[in-house]
Amino acid sequence: MPLINPLTVFVRLLKPVQIPGLLLSIGIFLFVLVAVNALFAYSPVLEVTAILSDPYYRHITTFSFYQAALSTLLSVLFAIPISHALFRREFRGKALLLKLFATTLVLPVLVAVFGLLAIYGNSGVLAGIFEYFDSILPFSIFGLNGILLAHVFFNLPFACRLFLQALNAIPDKQHQLATHLGMKHWNKFRFVEWPQIVAQLPHAAGLIFMLCFSSFATVMALGGGPKSTTIELAIYQAIKFDFDLQTGALLALWQICICSVLAVFIQKLSRSSSLTANYQGPKNTFYHDSWLAKCWDFSWIIVISLLVIPPLLMVVIAGLNTQFFVVLTDIKFWLAFKNSLLIAFFAALIAVSCAFFILLASRQWRLIGLNGYADKIEMLATIILVTPGLVISTGLFLLLRDIGHFSSLALYIVIAVNALMALPFVLKSLSLPMLHNAQKYELLCASIGVFWWHRFYWVEWKALRRPILQALCLSFVLSVGDLSAIALFGSHNFSTLPLYLFQLLGSYQMQSAAVIALVLLVLSVGVFIVVEYLFKERRTQHD
Amino acid sequence: MNKTLSNLITLATLIATPVFAASQEKLTVYTYSSFASDWGPGPKIEAEFEKFCACDLEFIALDDGVSVLNRLRLEGNNSEADILLGLDNNLMASAKKTGLLSEHNIDLSTIKMSTDWQDKTFVPFDYGYFAFVYNSEKLTNPPKSLKELVEQRDDLKIIYQDPRTSTPGLGLMLWMKSVYGDEVNQAWKQLAKKTITVTKGWSESYSMFLKGEADMVLSYTTSPAYHMIAEGKNQFQAASFTEGHYTQTEVAAVVKSSKHKKLANEFMSFILSDAFQSKIATGNWMYPVTDVALPEEFNQLVSPTKSLSFSSDEVAAKRKAWTKEWLISLTD
Amino acid sequence: MIKFTDVNYHYKQQSFHFDLEVEAGSVVAILGPSGAGKSTLLNLLAGFITPVQGEIKINNGSILKQAPHQRPLSILFQDNNLFTHLSAYENIALGLHPGLKLNAEQKLRLHTVSEQVGVENLLDRLPAQLSGGQQQRIALARCFVQDKPILLLDEPFSALDPVLRVAMLKSVKSLAKLQNVTVLMVTHHIHDALSVASDFVFIDRGTALAVEKITYLNTTHNNKQLVDFLSAEMNR
Repeated sequence: MPLINPLTVFVRLLKPVQIPGLLLSIGIFLFVLVAVNALFAYSPVLEVTAILSDPYYRHITTFSFYQAALSTLLSVLFAIPISHALFRREFRGKALLLKLFATTLVLPVLVAVFGLLAIYGNSGVLAGIFEYFDSILPFSIFGLNGILLAHVFFNLPFACRLFLQALNAIPDKQHQLATHLGMKHWNKFRFVEWPQIVAQLPHAAGLIFMLCFSSFATVMALGGGPKSTTIELAIYQAIKFDFDLQTGALLALWQICICSVLAVFIQKLSRSSSLTANYQGPKNTFYHDSWLAKCWDFSWIIVISLLVIPPLLMVVIAGLNTQFFVVLTDIKFWLAFKNSLLIAFFAALIAVSCAFFILLASRQWRLIGLNGYADKIEMLATIILVTPGLVISTGLFLLLRDIGHFSSLALYIVIAVNALMALPFVLKSLSLPMLHNAQKYELLCASIGVFWWHRFYWVEWKALRRPILQALCLSFVLSVGDLSAIALFGSHNFSTLPLYLFQLLGSYQMQSAAVIALVLLVLSVGVFIVVEYLFKERRTQHD
Repeated sequence: MNKTLSNLITLATLIATPVFAASQEKLTVYTYSSFASDWGPGPKIEAEFEKFCACDLEFIALDDGVSVLNRLRLEGNNSEADILLGLDNNLMASAKKTGLLSEHNIDLSTIKMSTDWQDKTFVPFDYGYFAFVYNSEKLTNPPKSLKELVEQRDDLKIIYQDPRTSTPGLGLMLWMKSVYGDEVNQAWKQLAKKTITVTKGWSESYSMFLKGEADMVLSYTTSPAYHMIAEGKNQFQAASFTEGHYTQTEVAAVVKSSKHKKLANEFMSFILSDAFQSKIATGNWMYPVTDVALPEEFNQLVSPTKSLSFSSDEVAAKRKAWTKEWLISLTD
Repeated sequence: MIKFTDVNYHYKQQSFHFDLEVEAGSVVAILGPSGAGKSTLLNLLAGFITPVQGEIKINNGSILKQAPHQRPLSILFQDNNLFTHLSAYENIALGLHPGLKLNAEQKLRLHTVSEQVGVENLLDRLPAQLSGGQQQRIALARCFVQDKPILLLDEPFSALDPVLRVAMLKSVKSLAKLQNVTVLMVTHHIHDALSVASDFVFIDRGTALAVEKITYLNTTHNNKQLVDFLSAEMNR
């Protein structure tokens, strides 16, 4: 066998359909590098060790790890009994509850924060109850408590879903075997159910840790002061408050380093599986039941319901108040609403289009077994996971500020950064469906001669309509609720709904804030419903 | 209902404005949000100036004085701003260092302040004194000095603002520094014990105070005037401290890259006119810098025995270090 | 009609070498043990893989430079023959035009072939609403509307029960005769070959060891591997 130059093999294996995706992926990677570099250019000396010698930066680094670790621990630990309880019990509304779990991670952060404040805050429902009994709230929601609460609110349901899915995948035969062997609760858990959960643990924990470590809006809204500041928030503060680009760049580098290490670590640890919307598990798996087990399970189910449902309910209740029409007729509201829609719409479109082309490229390689290349091209495009969004938007602005005015640039930059931030999620959700589609139909299309536009419309779009629309809705909702891209650019003249909500929270106009939170909630949930309705399957008679 | 109507009209005008704006010169002023808000002095001042100049004045509202300066720094030489309004004396030196502001050439003789104003870049438009405000119906024996508040009064709960984001917060930091000097770390730690929270901006902390979440809030000696005049309430008072109160003078300046220099300078003169200054006392709730008449209630306000301030250059040089001191004392 | 001349192909550790001819109008059964290269032969002919050396000609014209859809053949796979999200009608119509824009003549042809295959009243259904046999017949209809002179079958009926399978093969044979189509079918079942085919090709270890009329497919053949294979299969 003659020595083959890997490059020629690579080129020979490249199909024309892969070229746009390849270019896009590399382009995105370079784009982010250039933007981040623009910020670094302002820092003549980038000494990361300078961070370690500064006690304040040491403190925020420790705090970032501490709150992320604690949040992860709480989310994952409690997810075990809760998912187990959900697995064993059927009850009315279970499907709805599980659907709700799917929303907490994509819900706009500030909506959840508002809901939590409305219940656990100093002027919330709980405080009112304490006041009734002439005492005061024993804890403050600002600070570590609030951050942990919010993180658990977002991530505990997510972990539950992951574990539940793993449990649902246990084959019927294993349950029958367990019953046949007389295994009761603890033993069955130990030998049949726990191994499934443990398999998902590293992946779930890793992902949740990353999300909490880079959490921005939550820490900003509930942090409460210098003591509870994370690295990402410190970058924002350095740039926004002091215009200290040097410190900002330094901290950004530090954050990127840590996140990259974490990302690599997590890749090695975990075997990820796609999260399906399938909630059906095997029926009748549990033959040894007892009153104690019932109590145990249902208490956990009540706990999780009490965590997830009240804040969302409060958003609805608090939003329907006297300020409702005042806010809705305020011009500022409509400007923010318009901006939110514009940004979210274009960001979603860009994110899904890019993801589509990138996946067209990567799946071709997966079809012929070159998973390595495929993984790499997908990873390039997810670089945003280790780079803070506000670093990219600042860098971009610094690059472009001599070309255009602020007011014209800001919108485009925010759209671009939001698209980048949605990209990893879209890639993850479309990757498997697109791969399966190709595995099924690649040869068929080649033999009949269905290519390009025909292929896209009749094969990809028609078959993948549901996942593609869901990905569009997902990125739309992520962008609509995002605060980090616009954080540095917002002003009272250029704002989006989350920024407007944040400003209202900041000036303690809680009633108006409640209205905006409700609007955001309705918008997020509504988008999914409306899109599903508009694109419903309509069977037409053939001609 | 009136507000709705006016908003709908504003919406209609906004849509129609592009047609009209082209003909008029536009002056863009960056300022902080409470100045430009509906209940601040902004709208009235805008109306008066537009009558005077036959131009279009637009306020761009940013979070606070510090953000105003930082936005200009972010935009660099290609900024759309013509005027920055709302920086204070503590920010003057850092602002000048950016090189993004230009000198004015207006007549400063109408200014009537305790010190002679000579600065060629900045024009003052109001001033005030920081003070801790309390509810005299709930707190009957307020502290009489800063030292008493910090060291002895553990029964009190206070709220103040972040020195990095809020000019009052910065004022408190400088106030503490001027009273305590090098011993300030210990003082911050003692103060932290009574601090409910440190807010990003003034309005949040004041709203929390009004809701009863704290006994005292860092604000201005003139804040009670608002309650007296606009609400008819007399219970809100400012605590008078024997060490003196830290002063804040708010200033405006012309941006170097402005394309409407002549109009900008007209606005700078306008700042010292009666039309502008008469809106300050009951619009921004601060002291005007010229000789306009003050409402009667202003006589009931606390008048500091000593007004403290660091020079702007000193603040520019030491601010970062002092802020670090504050940060570190809070995080240990 | 179909001529493989000194065709060489490599995949992983295996080498394949084909050198054979197929007459027009014949029904050729391609037999052999698993992994021998039966599907490889079809894939080479269909154009999904390219030989490293050699020539493949149809009617004396080389097809090596042609893409799969340009070659004068249609192919029926073991599965995934239909797009599950499109109706039977749309699946068949794709054989006529990749954008599903049919003119009157094409529509007529579609209906004619559907009748011939016996799926005329199933056209509105989705594949999920059809049985396995019905699905393969729809796919077959698509192959026949394409009006190509050669039909390749890669064990398309192996998932069906024996009775249905033989019935399908017989109808393929009669349709092929009607339209003058040359059929190459990969099959595991000797009985199917014996009942339907006119010729056979025996492939073992990557090469065609015997290419003859079906009447020679019995244990008296002089090729030892073929005899071994037949005995093993027939004794099942």
